[in-house]
Amino acid sequence: MNNIAMPVVEAAGLTKIYGSGNTEVIALREVSLSISKGEVVALLGPSGAGKTTLLTVLGLIRPPDSGRIVIGGKVVFDGRLLVDSRSFRRCHLGFVFQNANLIPFLTALENVQLAMEVNDATPREAQKRAMELLDYLGVADRAEHLPSKLSGGQQQRVAVARAMVNRPSLLLADEPTAALDSVRGRQVMELFRNVAHEQNTGVLVVTHDHRALDVFDRALEMEDGHLRASAMLDKELVECKNEVALRRTFT
Amino acid sequence: MNLAAKDIKHNFGRFVLTTVGIGLLLMLVMGMGGIYRGLVQEATLLVDRVNADLWVVQKGTRGPFAEISRLPRNVEDRVLAVPCVIKANSFISHTIQREYRGKPLRLTVQGLSWPADKGQWLPLIAGRTLGQAHYEMVADKSSGLILGDQIPLGKNIYTVVGVTRGMNSSAGDAMAFLTRSDAQSVQFDQPGEVIRNERTARVNRLHAIDLGSTNPQMADRAAGNSSGIPAIGPSMVSAVLVNVAPGYDPAIVAAKITAWPDVSVYTHDGQKELLLRGMVDKARRQLGLFRILLIIVSAVIMALILYTLTLDKIHDIAMLKLMGARNRIILGLILQQALMLGGLGFGIAYFIGQWVFPHFPRRVVIMPDDLLQLAIVVLVISVLASLLGIVKALRVDAGEVLS
Repeated sequence: MNNIAMPVVEAAGLTKIYGSGNTEVIALREVSLSISKGEVVALLGPSGAGKTTLLTVLGLIRPPDSGRIVIGGKVVFDGRLLVDSRSFRRCHLGFVFQNANLIPFLTALENVQLAMEVNDATPREAQKRAMELLDYLGVADRAEHLPSKLSGGQQQRVAVARAMVNRPSLLLADEPTAALDSVRGRQVMELFRNVAHEQNTGVLVVTHDHRALDVFDRALEMEDGHLRASAMLDKELVECKNEVALRRTFT
Repeated sequence: MNLAAKDIKHNFGRFVLTTVGIGLLLMLVMGMGGIYRGLVQEATLLVDRVNADLWVVQKGTRGPFAEISRLPRNVEDRVLAVPCVIKANSFISHTIQREYRGKPLRLTVQGLSWPADKGQWLPLIAGRTLGQAHYEMVADKSSGLILGDQIPLGKNIYTVVGVTRGMNSSAGDAMAFLTRSDAQSVQFDQPGEVIRNERTARVNRLHAIDLGSTNPQMADRAAGNSSGIPAIGPSMVSAVLVNVAPGYDPAIVAAKITAWPDVSVYTHDGQKELLLRGMVDKARRQLGLFRILLIIVSAVIMALILYTLTLDKIHDIAMLKLMGARNRIILGLILQQALMLGGLGFGIAYFIGQWVFPHFPRRVVIMPDDLLQLAIVVLVISVLASLLGIVKALRVDAGEVLS
């Protein structure tokens, strides 16, 4: 892993509150985290813990109520947004979701190509890079197919290609394997690891899938808006968790 | 990458159906304008065709089209005597409705001053002009009459010897051209019983006075033809059409004739103005208002369609925003679809109209200027209609992708 010490994202004291009065929900409570270049981090936790909120806050989709975010060395939020969130996302962030969210009227290739074209790449250069990525992700043969003609795993690979095409500093994924079987899910997780390591991208993946935790460099856990102190999951723990999961499955 | 075209290609069937619907609506808008132009053209057709410099009509009337005008036949001779007048033809026009081959036959009968005017100026598509003083007719194609048809009118039968195209009155009725005397016979035709009763009444009135009792020769005249009695039942015409010698000012001739106490005179343009302001104006306003309503309806329907198309793409628009797409890409998607919808709808309206309008019972005239005007209106309503969708698209939050 290269440049592991250089953080791609640093967040400090992030707080996000939805609603007010009786309906107030504190989704993030003074959350701080740091992800380095080329690092793949899992974000675990029960439903409603604030995982997706953290993702939307780091992705500049919804600003936090307070805190500070630095992405790629640039302060993007410090009590208020300091950049144009859309243009910043265009250049520095990539997203993958539970559903691939591919644009249904574009082919797999065009979906990837579009992400680069909105970032001012020429169509030719966008097409070349998109094709290279699809090839790298093993779906080049489906490049001319519409999303409706692709399997769930293929769609998710195309979504990863789209998220990676602009070489983002940070890739955020929200339960990207939830709609996939275990084999396909693991393939996608491995894809994140390979992409992160090879392209030096920081990856934060929200997941409930403990079976593929060995893929990650690190895991964080959230509960009631608190981010637990990050701890590197050693391989033994992962294997143990996998074993427990297998036992539960077969007994 | 043209997202609008890609989306249309993906939903081609829906787009085609939507465009055809918009096209049909625009065809109605186009048709309304065409009907108005047709009304104007029909109203002024005859005035333009006969191309008289002056129209001499009954004093104080706005005849012969806007209201009834009756002139004695001798006005024609009096007008001819005016210096600078090179031609004066009496004009007879009246509308009849008869039954022919079990169907109603409605004709606007025009009297031609045969033999000077045989109808050489008529746009014939079959047959010939009038070849004899009586019992021949040139009829417009829209009447449904064909060459050789024999039409009983009054006590005589008239043979169709020529067929014209596009000769309709301001009411849209087909015109039929007869000699002036035949047109008058048709107009003033009376059943035999009415004539016999009138003769008897005349004789009785004569016997009631001394002159009738002492002069039997007068009683004989009274029992004879009306036309044989001096100063009774003069031959009436609707108007006299006047042509002034080239190089002379029709206004000067008009001023001279206007001084006569029994006639009014209108210039060619004056007569057209009477027709347009009097007869067509209300229809024009009616059609104009209806046209505006149709344009509003088209705009509202287009706006709803575009709004619905935008709603269908909310998730995709949110994804585009998440990817960092600029607003112009998203606006372009909606606006280009609106313009394609409007532009293709306009094209469909034009081509379907070209096929449908000739089958309308009344003339529908599509002028290039009107087409251009409608194209601009379509452009404007396309842009306006897309606003609803654009506003919706701009309000979409990138976070919608997560929902």
